[in-house]
Amino acid sequence: MNKKMNTDIHKNTDHKKQSQKITEKNTSNSKLHTFREVLHYVRKYLGWMIVSILLAGIIVALTLYMPILIGTAIDCIVYGSIDFPKIESLLLRGIGVIIATSIAQWIMNVINNKVTYHVVRDIRDEAFHKIEVLPLHYIDGHSSGEIVSRVIADAEQFADGLLMGFTQFFTGVITILGTLLFMVYYSRVITLVVVCITPLSLFVANFIARKTFSMFKLQSETRGEQTALVDEMIGNEKVVKAYGHEKDALDQFDEINERLQNCSLQAIFFSSLTNPATRFVNSMVYAGVAVTGAVSVIMGHMSVGMMSCFLNYASQYTKPFNEISGVVTELQNALACAARIFEFIQEEPQTPEAADAVVLEHAEGAVHCDDISFSYVPDRKLIEHFNLNVKPGQNIAIVGPTGCGKTTIINLLMRFYDVDQGTISVDGTDIRHLTRQSLRKNYGMVLQDTWLRQGTIRDNITMARPDATESEIIQAAKAAHSHSFIKRLPRGYDTIIGEEGGMLSQGQKQLLCITRVMLALPPMLILDEATSSIDTRTEMKIQSAFAKLMQGRTSFIVAHRLSTIQNADVILVMRDGNIIEQGSHEELLARDGFYARMYHS
Amino acid sequence: MRKLLVYLKDYKKECVLAPLFKMLEASFELIVPLVCASIIDVGIANSDQPYIYKMCLVLIGLALVGLASSITAQFFAAKAAVGFATQLRHALFAHIQRFSFTEIDTLGTSTMITRMTSDVNQAQTGVNMVLRLFLRSPFVVFGAMLMAFTIDVRSALIFVVAILLLFMVVFSITLVNIPMIRKVQQKLDQVLNLTRENLLGVRVIRAFCKEEDEVRRFVARNEALTKQQKKSGSISALMNPVTYVIINIAILRLIWTGTLQVEAGILTQGQVIALYNYMSQILVELIKLANLIITLNKALASGNRIADVFEMSSSMTYPEELSQKSVDILSKENGTDTVTFRHVSLNYHNAEEEALTDIDFSAKKGEIIGIIGGTGSGKSSLVNMIPRYYDATGGEVLLHGIPVRDYPEKELTRRIGMVLQKAVLFKGTIASNLQLGRRDATEAEMWDAIRVAQAEDIVKGKGGLRAKIDQGGKNLSGGQRQRMTIARALIKKPEILILDDSASALDMATDARLRAAIRELPDKPTVFIVSQRTSAIKDADQIIVLDDGRMVGRGTHDSLLTDCEVYREIYDSQYRSNTPKEAQHE
Repeated sequence: MNKKMNTDIHKNTDHKKQSQKITEKNTSNSKLHTFREVLHYVRKYLGWMIVSILLAGIIVALTLYMPILIGTAIDCIVYGSIDFPKIESLLLRGIGVIIATSIAQWIMNVINNKVTYHVVRDIRDEAFHKIEVLPLHYIDGHSSGEIVSRVIADAEQFADGLLMGFTQFFTGVITILGTLLFMVYYSRVITLVVVCITPLSLFVANFIARKTFSMFKLQSETRGEQTALVDEMIGNEKVVKAYGHEKDALDQFDEINERLQNCSLQAIFFSSLTNPATRFVNSMVYAGVAVTGAVSVIMGHMSVGMMSCFLNYASQYTKPFNEISGVVTELQNALACAARIFEFIQEEPQTPEAADAVVLEHAEGAVHCDDISFSYVPDRKLIEHFNLNVKPGQNIAIVGPTGCGKTTIINLLMRFYDVDQGTISVDGTDIRHLTRQSLRKNYGMVLQDTWLRQGTIRDNITMARPDATESEIIQAAKAAHSHSFIKRLPRGYDTIIGEEGGMLSQGQKQLLCITRVMLALPPMLILDEATSSIDTRTEMKIQSAFAKLMQGRTSFIVAHRLSTIQNADVILVMRDGNIIEQGSHEELLARDGFYARMYHS
Repeated sequence: MRKLLVYLKDYKKECVLAPLFKMLEASFELIVPLVCASIIDVGIANSDQPYIYKMCLVLIGLALVGLASSITAQFFAAKAAVGFATQLRHALFAHIQRFSFTEIDTLGTSTMITRMTSDVNQAQTGVNMVLRLFLRSPFVVFGAMLMAFTIDVRSALIFVVAILLLFMVVFSITLVNIPMIRKVQQKLDQVLNLTRENLLGVRVIRAFCKEEDEVRRFVARNEALTKQQKKSGSISALMNPVTYVIINIAILRLIWTGTLQVEAGILTQGQVIALYNYMSQILVELIKLANLIITLNKALASGNRIADVFEMSSSMTYPEELSQKSVDILSKENGTDTVTFRHVSLNYHNAEEEALTDIDFSAKKGEIIGIIGGTGSGKSSLVNMIPRYYDATGGEVLLHGIPVRDYPEKELTRRIGMVLQKAVLFKGTIASNLQLGRRDATEAEMWDAIRVAQAEDIVKGKGGLRAKIDQGGKNLSGGQRQRMTIARALIKKPEILILDDSASALDMATDARLRAAIRELPDKPTVFIVSQRTSAIKDADQIIVLDDGRMVGRGTHDSLLTDCEVYREIYDSQYRSNTPKEAQHE
């Protein structure tokens, strides 16, 4: 028990924090709301749940019946007048009860597992589906760690709580009720003793949990402090070494370590008192039952067998009391976790496709921005009354200092965000009347922020065209100058790259992203700092490939190296979210404005 | 794991006392059924109420003594476990600090951090649990069996059989389940990975219209996870029913044997009840033991991971001090080359190809050496070999004519000021960060270094030397951080100053002023400047051009423009038609 109780205490403290947070934010109303949501997911498995609860009832009844059978049998064992046929029939019945109980237990466990894991699976599937339809502003506005922790950790916690709730809460409550019923039936006096003493263990456990709460808080704070130091020093071990800072770092570490030792000892020791304390209360109950039982036997109110049956109840059935207090906090925590997932699942999805949305086949590449305005946050104006007219096949460059909103234009073109005002149209159709898929399929995009998935190099390159042939792949890779390094990888195109590109350098990852687009050959292109991590020499070589690719394709290029965009048909110069200049390289130089200053600096 | 036990050596007393008191507690528990038996056989049989009350007091007394010894045991166990973890963390931190760059690269930061935090915590829980339970539970189980033997040998044999069966069942279920739990964890990791991937790559996935494919992938992986969870769950679901069957069948058997023994006059009714109670005690303890095994298994895995880190020793050893011969050479060094690379090559641990091949050059006092080349051409590797962050796998690196391997670590740190590519500051103040360079630096010296690093306006803007720096220097911009790290290196007044692409976030003008100021430094250090930009190095006394780890050119800007094709290409890519075409912004 020790171990379990101890972790319960740990959880207790966590839950308190969480449930406090919840109560701060929401009323009990919303807890009810969450509970209703949970029921919504459970409803699918309602049949199974009813079976499970029925089984729990049967199991409890049977387990409570066992001590009675044995007690009755013991009563038959009186020296000199043993009733062998009765004992024999009682024991045979006992075997039947045991087998029935164990089978029912197993079935109930399996059903509970099934319901729990399926509910969590359904919730996860739904949450993941949500990720794919959420508007970009939600995903950009929340750290990925936070969302991952909802889909993974919260769901997991919820599953644990749900499973525990199923297996222990129901059986626990039914056991307590059942035991009480049996006890009242056989002896009111003993029942009174048990009822009076048992809840003591609950109080003791609660008392200790409350007292240790602040100790655990201090422990986790100190731990956090230590982790921060470890993160800083070991994360930058190279700097530490370069400056011979090792000893000072260790001193700093030891100071925190010592504090941690003290508060950990307190927290662990005091929380570990729960177990001995509740066990002590249980012993009291046991002693109480023994003495009242024995006296009742002498007075002739009860048989010895029944007394042993009561002793058995006393030692076995004070247990659910200890467990239920843990289960309640566990369930509360599960609800808090569920609330966080549901909140995510109920986020507003992106605006649905218009009813009359058409599929954009192979775009000509005429892009019109007509008086568009857009801002991420209402009170910080970004793009206002912006007009742009791109003829098919034109190359548009967007330049300007970092953070000036170049990427915003791309967000709008790809319809990652919708404009607040005005329209963007492709080939004369408002893009809000095109299906998102068909619009995006017409663009090939290379971002500065390279993203590769876990899988082979081939999987990554053929993302847009899974049916590409080997020779097409190699051709694209050669054009993007990635073939030579892919060849040198341990298994060539079938090399598996780890999470987020793993062992590849930033430049190599960018080359792979370029290869991806070179293979797809879409009608329009978006290059957002596509070569920023590639050294200038390789970049120059890729430029020629890009130049070929861009021929006859409407292209948007964001760059900070001005050398790469001189040949663009139109250069947009952006600053603080506004387009301040617009024209060809020569025109802009002649104007002698911001662009010219940037160029000559 | 066994090796980690040395960190318990200061807690020998606690390690003995904790289990001892636990066993004491268990012994008192084992007496309880005997007391009950005598209540029935003596108290009830003789209708002796005072005896019953006396026995009840004995029960309460037993519970009290049990409580006291249990609390004592918990205290010693907690003390030993926490002390163990504290010493382990200290040793681990100190050990990691001794690693050379090679080990840091292989292990990776996040691994080291999890070893230091969650793994140590797991190990602590493991030690705590072992001290509390590992002796207690078997003691109760076998104690109950022994007590049964003292009551009646024939009945006790049922205990033997039942315990053997229970052990077999509980342990085989646990052992079968452990690898399954691990598989569940792996499947969960895959689900987590896919979720992360989809969030980070949301733009690419939507751009390529892969949403539906991704959902399909997720559903498949999620289903695989659920299947594995159910599989593992249905194994552990066996635990309760099977143990229930064994114990209860044993109880029935016990009653039957008991009946026969009572008939034969060997046992009393109360003794049969005592035997029955002992059997019930066993079940509770066995289930605890099974839980303990799972905890222990986790703790052992963590312990092994920690031990792996301890096993990894620094691949680099430094001499205690310079040899007499070296001291002689250093004392009369005059006009010798400060830094010499003699046909140096470098092959990183586990790498297939050499990072550097046959690098050969030397640099004099006061010279400025520029190093240029494409991404992955080996520029950083080259300068990292000067302070001996990595050892040459071929050839030799010399400092004042003495191989760097012959220098004690402190000497190298003192003589070389290194500014790393990643500009990192520690939490503290500006002054505390600068003092990392030299602990006893005066304020005047700090301001000197700050001025050279072109950081005066930053420090003044932040409110002087006492201004707070957040963790990682997050309250400064990239360019500001770079200048602060340069100041930190300058304050050492090093013989050799290395700037590893550490001015990349500075605008051209500031960069130029920085270089001019460095050239004017009174101590005339040898300066290495690594850069991708030709503008940053074109005034250098020597420029080394690297391509795929080979030195493809060495000379001044002008000579390289005519002799070295790679250099010319780099230059052209940045200065086509002789006009600067880089948009600069900080």
